Amino acid sequence: MEKIFSRPKALKDNPLSYCPGCGHGIIHRLVAEAIDELGIRERTIAVAPVGCAVFAYDYFNFDTTEAPHGRPPAVATGIKRTNPDKIVFTYQGDGDLAAIGTAETIHCANRGENITVIFVNNANYGMTGGQMAPTTLIGQVTETTPFGRDPLREGYPIKVAELLANLEATKYIERVTVFDAPHIIQAKKAIKKAFQNQVEGKGYSFIEVISHCPVDWGKTPLESVKWVEDVFLKTFPLGVIKDTTK
Amino acid sequence: MVKKLVKGNIALCEGALAAGLDAYFGYPITPQNEVPAYMSNKMVTLGKVFVQAESELAAANMVLGACATGKRAMTSSSSPGISLKQEAISYMAGMEIPSIIVNVQRGGPGLGNIAGSQADYFQAVKGGGHGDYHLIVFAPNCAQEMYEVTYEAFDIAEKYKNPVMILSDGIVGQMMEPVDFNKEQKTSFSKKDWCLDGCKDREPRSIKSLLMGDGALEQHNLDLQKKYEVIKANEVKAELYQVEDAEIIIVAYGISSRISKNAIKSARTKGIKAGMIRPITLWPFPTEIIKKYSKPPVKFLTVELSLGQMIEDVRLAVNGVSSVDFLGKAGGGIVSDKDVLNKIMELKK
Repeated sequence: MEKIFSRPKALKDNPLSYCPGCGHGIIHRLVAEAIDELGIRERTIAVAPVGCAVFAYDYFNFDTTEAPHGRPPAVATGIKRTNPDKIVFTYQGDGDLAAIGTAETIHCANRGENITVIFVNNANYGMTGGQMAPTTLIGQVTETTPFGRDPLREGYPIKVAELLANLEATKYIERVTVFDAPHIIQAKKAIKKAFQNQVEGKGYSFIEVISHCPVDWGKTPLESVKWVEDVFLKTFPLGVIKDTTK
Repeated sequence: MVKKLVKGNIALCEGALAAGLDAYFGYPITPQNEVPAYMSNKMVTLGKVFVQAESELAAANMVLGACATGKRAMTSSSSPGISLKQEAISYMAGMEIPSIIVNVQRGGPGLGNIAGSQADYFQAVKGGGHGDYHLIVFAPNCAQEMYEVTYEAFDIAEKYKNPVMILSDGIVGQMMEPVDFNKEQKTSFSKKDWCLDGCKDREPRSIKSLLMGDGALEQHNLDLQKKYEVIKANEVKAELYQVEDAEIIIVAYGISSRISKNAIKSARTKGIKAGMIRPITLWPFPTEIIKKYSKPPVKFLTVELSLGQMIEDVRLAVNGVSSVDFLGKAGGGIVSDKDVLNKIMELKK
């Protein structure tokens, strides 16, 4: 019998340490599939963040390095500039990319580094137990916004994708989500294109993946999916935000 | 070979280039600005990598990324900037990434001033960042040595998979001196079986400092300590100047050693037997060498452009066997050779 579905070569056969219902497992798989399909696994170097995906190097089956919190874009710059033949990507959460690493994120994009950024936005600091993230929604209750995020006290959720789209050097920016099959298929397309751009030397690509975090949101997986659809995406609408690669 | 008159900072750049530098990542701060300016021209002309980073943090992390792939990369800064780089330095020590960090020291604490200083000894030698780790720390005292030490630093960093700091100061960095650029351009490098260069025909590699498994981090620390012991045994470098008959031995590094040498010469003309132990490596520290010369009536005098940092290591080495006095100035002030001579004469009484 022909086997038509199996583990991507770019994913190790290790049990994931992510919480039940978490979106990271799906996103890891999409990245791995894209890398396999483009045949770039043996020349890929990934930069893991600090946060839930810090263990990415236990799951991805290619070369990976750790980076200090928020610094993956700088580390990726060092790798890519000295190894232009390698495929370099960062995999970062909202705290890493949009709070402590804001400067690195913006300046890496502004230099137009020929890398791929996978930004997993789940509106909270998952690894540390669900504190407010820069992308936490107005009114959202977290460990550190027990009364809900109040814009007068905590400001508004940062839309990094839209911010980066204003920079001349960025080439391709899309926001996707992974809560159901049609959206997963679209997310895969976007992620693959973001890697394809790098292979073709087109420049900086940024994919924001709206992901679900049932455990830290205090919701069941099904409630989480519904919350993404009904609430999260209202603040972070899906779609291509910028594409100058055509 | 004809010597060229250059600033210490430029000599340092030439040492790095001759060592086969692949990438320089920097950020403007006085008194090291000659380094990024010179590199911005040289590296681009040579078809190599130069990036003026958005911050000291980013520059240090770019070095981390480049060196994780086995390339030769460096960053340079001055004291306040080096504080910002400590995050990446601690990571590189933990991840065992060989890299070069240059500190052209200025007065502190805080923003301080832009005068040459030696107040970052503790930071360079005792840690600086978090965790149980050591940098290999070189302290060149002239432009020629800026060139030579930097040239060798890359090989030593790679040999031990450890970050190396070159602890210079604003005076050595800015002073123009004749330099003999006598080193051969390095073109062949040892194969690195640990670096990230794509997993073609091999298992994937990961470089990290996060070790969550039971006992894994303790074991990693024990392994690091073993490495540090080997470095201590093999890499201590010091210059001994007229120590054999000396009754007063100055311990001084970098620019302080130049000032002290003049004072020693003057003291000798007055019949005072003074000498000097000059650490060229501050870590590993020449503890055994100092210990060897510690015996009464020999007196030690530590001279630093700080209010006393290296003196703690001198005291540990001497271990109460001889007296250890101190002469120093803080905040970018300079000790003159006359000050040192007066102190020598005071000790001679």
